[in-house]
Amino acid sequence: MTSTTLETPARAVAATDGRADGRADAAVFTGIGVAAPNGLGTEEWWRATLAGESGIGPVTRFDAAGYPARLAGEVPGFEPEERLPSRLLPQTDHMTRLALVAAEEALADAGADLAALDPHTAGVVTAASAGGFEFGQRELQALWSRGGQHVSAYQSFAWFYAVNTGQISIRHGLRGPSGVLVTEQAGGLDAVAQARRRLRRGAVLMVTGGVDGAICPWGWTAQLAGGRMSTASDPARAYLPFGAGARGHVPGEGGAVLILEAGAAARARGASVYGRLAGYAATFDPAPGRAGGPGLGRAAELALQEAGLEPSAVDAVFADAAGVPELDRIEAAALARVFGPRGVPVAVPKTMTGRLAAGGASLDLAAALLSIRDGVLPPAANLAEALPEYGIDLVTAARQARVRACLVLARGQGGFNAAAVVTSA
Amino acid sequence: MSRRAVITGIGVVAPGGTGTKEFWSLLTSGRTATRTISLFDASAFRSRVAAEADFDPEAAGLTPQEIRRMDRAAQFAVVSAREAVADSGIDLDDIDPARLGVTLGSAVGATTALDAEYRVVSDGGRDWLVDHRYAVPHLHDYFVPSSFAREVAWAVGAQGPTAMVSTGCTSGLDAVGHAVELIREGSADVMVAGAGEAPISPITVACFDAIRATTPRNGDPEHASRPFDRTRDGFVLGEGAAVFVLEELEAARRRGAHVYAEIAGFASRSNAYHMTGLRPDGAEMAEAIRAALGEAGTAPDAVDYVNAHGSGTKQNDRHETAAFKRSLGAHAYEVPVSSIKSMIGHSLGAIGSLEVAASALAIEHGVVPPTANLHEPDPECDLDYTPLTARECQVDTVLSVGSGFGGFQSAMVLTRPDRRTA
Repeated sequence: MTSTTLETPARAVAATDGRADGRADAAVFTGIGVAAPNGLGTEEWWRATLAGESGIGPVTRFDAAGYPARLAGEVPGFEPEERLPSRLLPQTDHMTRLALVAAEEALADAGADLAALDPHTAGVVTAASAGGFEFGQRELQALWSRGGQHVSAYQSFAWFYAVNTGQISIRHGLRGPSGVLVTEQAGGLDAVAQARRRLRRGAVLMVTGGVDGAICPWGWTAQLAGGRMSTASDPARAYLPFGAGARGHVPGEGGAVLILEAGAAARARGASVYGRLAGYAATFDPAPGRAGGPGLGRAAELALQEAGLEPSAVDAVFADAAGVPELDRIEAAALARVFGPRGVPVAVPKTMTGRLAAGGASLDLAAALLSIRDGVLPPAANLAEALPEYGIDLVTAARQARVRACLVLARGQGGFNAAAVVTSA
Repeated sequence: MSRRAVITGIGVVAPGGTGTKEFWSLLTSGRTATRTISLFDASAFRSRVAAEADFDPEAAGLTPQEIRRMDRAAQFAVVSAREAVADSGIDLDDIDPARLGVTLGSAVGATTALDAEYRVVSDGGRDWLVDHRYAVPHLHDYFVPSSFAREVAWAVGAQGPTAMVSTGCTSGLDAVGHAVELIREGSADVMVAGAGEAPISPITVACFDAIRATTPRNGDPEHASRPFDRTRDGFVLGEGAAVFVLEELEAARRRGAHVYAEIAGFASRSNAYHMTGLRPDGAEMAEAIRAALGEAGTAPDAVDYVNAHGSGTKQNDRHETAAFKRSLGAHAYEVPVSSIKSMIGHSLGAIGSLEVAASALAIEHGVVPPTANLHEPDPECDLDYTPLTARECQVDTVLSVGSGFGGFQSAMVLTRPDRRTA
């Protein structure tokens, strides 16, 4: 390990000095697996996304009639019994089942022969936000209504934040370095960057990304307390980021699992490559009342610096798109600062899924990679235009374009900012 | 010259006392802080023993608003972070906030607050459709444990990379390892990093009861945590936090900081075997140890002390013993090993950071803390576990390991900083 574990200082410091990430240690995406409210499976989701088909509708996973918010993005047509071994069902939350199915798809898509790898060089890093909350609610109910002896033997791990990483590593025999990051919605980028660090220190293949969801009464109640949920009842008017009618977001479930490989190893096995993770940065907003502005724009600048790209080389931004006017304004200002007014097309496919917590930004990475592949930017559903004062070029209809570099932005509630740059391989 | 990360400040909240001094005094005395659970009525549970922190948030300096909004684990973390910053002597106003980051570990987040709040909104578990009108305003902070990292970032004024690391019971090691990585790669110059956990709640006790992971030795709580002893029968739940100020070595030297230890190596592996079970051969933990030693450039026989995971479950202590033999060879039989969980219990995601604190203090003071309650060695655990009494010796290099649900195996190497020249 000694020869590969320690990064050379020059390359390490380049992360913030603005020198380009050398191709020698490039991290490339070779597999995508998707579970999204507007499509289960990568190609079904991508087809629906380009067609502008939204997956937002009335909550069906529980009776939401008594709650002020009643819309969600739920993954359609998911039959866990058909997709997973029966022994996994009693020990998994709904979001873990979705994650396992997405991971299976991503690994199959990458086509890597895991048996041929040193298993200690393949690992898993996922993002989480609240864990398996529905599973947790069921066990809390068992505890308080029937007593401690009725709590499931699986409760000790089925709800906790590390569950998806653990279950994916077990199912696929991945014994390398693993991890779990929790930064709410920013996690879908932070986890992928952490996977890249593992590659830089000697791992060869990483399963990464985020699949999340807490559409149960207890999770709903907690999300309502967060104060950013839309209480609109019309699915077409409920989540309108950057729009005149922005009034919060619709929560969803799902996300994407991505396979990130060391560039040299991917080339050696002749893998088909979607693109490269060329830059990344994370920042944190100042505490209330402290000096300094929001850190989203700084994260974007640092990620572009690392990628060695001028803003003019970016073909599209996949926005965080909070859907809360104050937050939309902050993101629009960050984009104007980096790119100038209407300086870059802004894609918001999450208008069709809702916000997927730890899964959201990973799904945006998948969308960026497929935009590069297909030369098309996905539309924002339900939005005719952005508020003019934001000065952003919102992609409201699918747009053919040569796409070589995308910037993906994500914010986690509490002040977490992350930015990633993906480029054509 | 490559960037190196060193510990320049330590803050601790632990069973037996608040503050690093109290912590070290307990560990070196060989006393135990395990007792009958007092935080709630645990009489209906199989395991009723825990290592509880006698923690007074007001006396620890938290404001009324901080106390109201934070879960107990976040309170531990913030108090520890403030102690670590004070201990380091760093003037945070001299640091570019964009170059100051936070990583915080926790396995189960705000589970204690969630347990209590669930009971209210569900009217004691009566209703599946819980009543959102009874939710406290800070319920969302409990829902997403990333709020803990936010609290620490606010407390120290960080605007650099900030995250929560949650890898089960290796969270506390992995959070520190992550911070070291951010310093080395140049993403931050100073990291406030560590872990906090306050899991002693009915739901947590119930879930470990269900798999018989915790000890039922309720009649003898002070001696209930018995790592490596033949009579061990499960771990004792604990709580607490340890947080560090980590700095890039040259910057720390320039400001004349006291350096406790360098974190010279870190690695993690997964056993890909079982969410709660361990392979008897310890192969993945051994692999993590080898990788961490390799990164530190340390030969196995240079390790002066092994701070073990030593949870006191039957399978863990054997698994770990096998891993030490596999990775350290003959030196495994020579080097002192110990488990501080014998004294302060197993605080899940926090314990890894508490063990890093113990490892750094062992280097600082030249003392290896003992394994309390080890009277009858398990024949399958045949190493020198430093039974009962602390041992004075030169400690330049420490190996600290952790093992967690989900299959996580982590290893960290701490060294006396002046021992290694660049």
